[in-house]
Amino acid sequence: MDIAIILDTAIYCLLGVAVLSLIRVVIGPEPEDRMIGLNLTASQVLAILVLAALRLDQAIFLDVALVYAILGFIGMLAIARSMRSAEGSS
Amino acid sequence: MIWAVAAFLLLGVFFGITGTIGVLRFPDVFTRLHAAAKCSTTSIFSILLACMLFKGWDPMSWRIMVIALFFLITSPVSAHIIGRSAWMRGLMPWGRKQQT
Repeated sequence: MDIAIILDTAIYCLLGVAVLSLIRVVIGPEPEDRMIGLNLTASQVLAILVLAALRLDQAIFLDVALVYAILGFIGMLAIARSMRSAEGSS
Repeated sequence: MIWAVAAFLLLGVFFGITGTIGVLRFPDVFTRLHAAAKCSTTSIFSILLACMLFKGWDPMSWRIMVIALFFLITSPVSAHIIGRSAWMRGLMPWGRKQQT
C-alpha cells in the first residue's frame, strides 16, 4: 500500500469536510455561530497544509501552516474584541 | 509503521467528520461550540501525530511538533473566547423550556 494514496485520500476527505463546515459560516443565525464555523474551517485547513507539506515534500508549507495558525488565533481575538466594543458603545 | 500512520489519519478524518456533523446539527451556540472545540482538537492532534510518525527523526517532525503544541494551547483558548463573548451578549443556553 502506497503512502501517497493514503495522504491523498486524507487530503480530499479533509477538503470536503472543510467545505461542509463552511455552511455554518453562511447560515449561522448568531455572529458566534459564524466564529465557530470559521475556527473549525481554519483548523481543518491547517491539517490540509501539513498533509500537503508531507505529500509534496516541501518544508516551507510547515512555516505557512504555523503562520496561518497564529494569524487565525489573533484574528479570532480581534473579532471578539471588536464585537464586545461595538456592543458596549450601543 | 505505515499502518499506524493510516490508523491515526483515519482517526483524524473520523473526528473531523464528527465535529462538522455536530456543528451542523446541534441547536445552540454552546452545544455547537462543545462539538467544534473537542472534535477539532482531537482531529488535528491525531493528524499531526500521524505526520510525525511518518517522518520519524527529521527536522520537519520537530516543526510539526511546534505546530501541534501551539494548536493545543490556542484552540481551547479561542473556544473559551467565543463562549464568553456569547455569554456576555446574553444568549441563553438551550434547555428544557425557555422562560421568556
